[in-house]
Amino acid sequence: MNLPLWLLALVAFGIINFMLISASVLVYAERKVSGYMQNRPGPNRVGPAGFFQPFADVFKLVFKEDIVPAGASRFIHALAPVIMVVIAMTVPALIPFARGVVIVDSSVGVLIILALTSIAVYGVTLAGWSSNSKFSLLGGLRSSAQMISYELSMGLAVASVVLIAGSLSVVDIVEHQSAGGAVLGWNVFRNPIGALIFIITAFAETNRAPFDLPEAEQELVGGYHTEYSGMKFGMFFLAEYVNWFVASFVIVTLFFGGYLIPFEPQLLSVVPALDGSVGLGLLQAGSLMLKVSFFVFLFLWVRWTLPRFKYTQLMEIGWKVLLPVALANVLVIALFVAAFTAA
Amino acid sequence: MELSGAFDNILADLSGGASVLWLALIGILLIIWDAFKNDDAALPWVAALSVVAAVVLEALRLQDTTTTAFFDLMRVNGVASFVSIVILLSTLLSITLSVPYLKGIRHGYGEVYALILFATSGMLMLGTANSLVTVFVGLETMSIALYILTGLVRSDEGAVESALKYFLLGAFSTGFFLYGIALIYGATGTMYFTEMAGGYAARELPVLFWAGVALFLIGFLFKVSAVPFHMWTPDVYQGAPTTLTGYMSTASKAAAFAALILVLFYGIGTLPVAKWQMPLALVALVTVVLGNLLALTQNNVKRMLAYSSVAHAGYVLIALAAGTSEGYAGAIYYLLIYALMNVGAFGVMAFLEWDDKEGRVQMLDSLSGIGWRRPLLGVTMGVFMFSLTGFPPFGGFFGKIAVFAPAVEAGLTWLAIVGVLASALSGYYYLRVLYVFWMRPIESADRAVRERSFPVPRLSAAVLVTCAVLLIVIGFVPFVRDMTQAFFVGATPAGLL
Amino acid sequence: MFAEKVFVVASLVAVVSALGMLISRSPVRSALWLILTLFCVAGLYLTLSAEFIAVVQILVYAGAIMVLFLFVIMLLNLGALPNLERVDFKKGVGFVLGVAILAQLVFLGATAVGDFPAAASDPEATGAATAIAKELFTRYALPFEMIGILLLVATIGAVMLAKHRFE
Repeated sequence: MNLPLWLLALVAFGIINFMLISASVLVYAERKVSGYMQNRPGPNRVGPAGFFQPFADVFKLVFKEDIVPAGASRFIHALAPVIMVVIAMTVPALIPFARGVVIVDSSVGVLIILALTSIAVYGVTLAGWSSNSKFSLLGGLRSSAQMISYELSMGLAVASVVLIAGSLSVVDIVEHQSAGGAVLGWNVFRNPIGALIFIITAFAETNRAPFDLPEAEQELVGGYHTEYSGMKFGMFFLAEYVNWFVASFVIVTLFFGGYLIPFEPQLLSVVPALDGSVGLGLLQAGSLMLKVSFFVFLFLWVRWTLPRFKYTQLMEIGWKVLLPVALANVLVIALFVAAFTAA
Repeated sequence: MELSGAFDNILADLSGGASVLWLALIGILLIIWDAFKNDDAALPWVAALSVVAAVVLEALRLQDTTTTAFFDLMRVNGVASFVSIVILLSTLLSITLSVPYLKGIRHGYGEVYALILFATSGMLMLGTANSLVTVFVGLETMSIALYILTGLVRSDEGAVESALKYFLLGAFSTGFFLYGIALIYGATGTMYFTEMAGGYAARELPVLFWAGVALFLIGFLFKVSAVPFHMWTPDVYQGAPTTLTGYMSTASKAAAFAALILVLFYGIGTLPVAKWQMPLALVALVTVVLGNLLALTQNNVKRMLAYSSVAHAGYVLIALAAGTSEGYAGAIYYLLIYALMNVGAFGVMAFLEWDDKEGRVQMLDSLSGIGWRRPLLGVTMGVFMFSLTGFPPFGGFFGKIAVFAPAVEAGLTWLAIVGVLASALSGYYYLRVLYVFWMRPIESADRAVRERSFPVPRLSAAVLVTCAVLLIVIGFVPFVRDMTQAFFVGATPAGLL
Repeated sequence: MFAEKVFVVASLVAVVSALGMLISRSPVRSALWLILTLFCVAGLYLTLSAEFIAVVQILVYAGAIMVLFLFVIMLLNLGALPNLERVDFKKGVGFVLGVAILAQLVFLGATAVGDFPAAASDPEATGAATAIAKELFTRYALPFEMIGILLLVATIGAVMLAKHRFE
């Protein structure tokens, strides 16, 4: 489906706003779910059940003074949060929200997603360097080491998906999962090890617990964003939540069938009128959101279940466990693909 | 390209590239072996045996007509086999000499031998290339491995310095090389040597093409350490482990020169215009003169041999500058003889080393009278030095005839005369080594020498003797010389395609 | 044409940022300029319809190699380079020679610019991942494998030369 340019721009505008608002909702969700997990109510004063708490937080941040530390590199200090937000907001452009509803269907879409995540590290690293503070610098260093280490395994997990689909296009990868009643065809069933590796590396790439060493508050105050205040800090905050959300989207898209509805062919045979209608599109988007919500919850679940890794453990898991397993997985998948799809 | 057909093609060509792939495979095997059984004493001998197997394989193909394999990326049989044998022979001799030497300086890691095999595999690819792609990949594989081998003794600041210098300058020269390849590709639209002339004629971009060739040649001249791109040579040769210096001064030069010969014979040389000859002749002139002059003043034998290796690169360039089939044949013949002489000379120096700094600080005078104490080393060194000078009846003499005669025939008499005069000059510093070895009284350093210099194992002695004997015999076996002639003379490049 | 406009902008920014990398006295800023250059080069690949190579360029160079650069610069805490105060004879000669070579290369490019073949407009034929893969695994299979050896050699070398106690 080729949308006209103005409609595409409108969709893009809508998606950006959707991401912004859902970031606020995620903040609320995180605090509320964390509260329940720790047997306390969480925010409950601002608005109904505390729902307006994140919006109040944003207003607070906007009105705070913007402080640039002495000796900081001004331009780069301002650039770092911008990089973070821009990259976090770019990835959704490649994700199909329903059949035919995608801003960019590039023939190398998966690689673009990987490239964008690999560039995101600059935001953290430069924030750490430009702040002229040792806590920030340590956070930035940890972040770049961590990202580099886990990016390899992530790339290999993606490669295994690409091998199965035979295409680098995100849309093709989603559609290729529609076999077997659109459940058994999901890559998580065809490539479970790849899925596991991708989920683990996604945690590491988004700097979420238990991989949140770059901002470990017990050791590094706030890590790379120690020296940020006001809306610049707000942007890091925003980027972190958007990244979390986007990572869930990518996991679902690559391994859990994306927008595909479980038992979609059966559904269509029962209600043939649905085929190609707007209703099906809405159902698909709903299915996608439902799956994404689960992974959003998974991120929180893991956060309150596993303690943070030590730095040595982080490196050992990355290089000595994930990388060899990911390599072996690619080999096995390639052999299977060669054996079963040989023309 | 149809995939299944392409794979069949590759499979059919596997035997053609067998020695390259074989050495790489054994190298990987050695790395894995070393991981499980650290520094196993059997490792080097496995490496040596695998090289022997490759030599046998290439020797069987020596008489076959030269063809290409792997989608014309590589040249096999005939001249390619000869080049491979030169490289493999130098590798084999160096590995055998390295085992006791590296053990003596406590750096006999298993990885070293794997790296040597990888480097050799890269050299084979470079020396038998038929495409700029294989030239570049082979060159880089060889160079990276050599950078590492140079810095092997990393506790010694001299070795680290030489490795760093080699690496930085090597990387810089690679830049020229790549830029040259890009321009040549732009001007001809092909990466294959054999299609260069046609591509050039089709597009007529002389400026672009010759600029590309110039940059390309700079990359090569750096690797063979021709003046003015020789600055790295003395420092690197001095700081690297001695037997490995012998290896890199012979095998890597043979590979780089072979690739240069192939690209000239099949590619650039087939063009109707030859703008490369005069620059190459001038480079040869400067290289021969400067290499010999600088060698005169050296007191450290390794450094002297480094400058001598610069000078010898100049002799080979003299033959190339002639631009005739006889010239290429002479150059390739010289490479064989040079490999025997230089591996031997560095090998002897390796066993006379006592300074614990890879012979970097050891002066020639400290070896006074050593010939009487270690007659084997002294005598073989005598053969190598006479041969390097170019005295009849040693191999070096016949080699020099092979490189100077084509230059005279091609009208470069002045260049040949300078070459002959320069080799006469070289007699001074080569024979001075023998003078110190045999005619000086034994000095106080003697004790240190006796106590710390390494014993020569039988096998290493055999290697040195073999080199010496081959050098004496080779001139009287016209078979080798005739064979190199047959590779080029009378065979038009087009006919050999 | 759109591609030509992209080309002009990308190449101009690439040249400017390359100069910025050379002139900048702080290593981190140099690295940042270099990253910008790499992005622009990726843009140039896009104008040649080589999507795959463009993305890989960003993924590998900007995303991995330059991150390591920054990491090392930060880890070593490299300070700013001293300003060029005195320009001595050698530097002057070097500068003149460098400019001369640059001028020659620019001249070369300028004389040949009309003679280069037009870029392939069909990305399926040249720039697509499948087209590249086919060439890489058939025609260039041997050099491709050799590059694998090259990387192995580099890895072994890095360990041998850098490991705290190698044995």
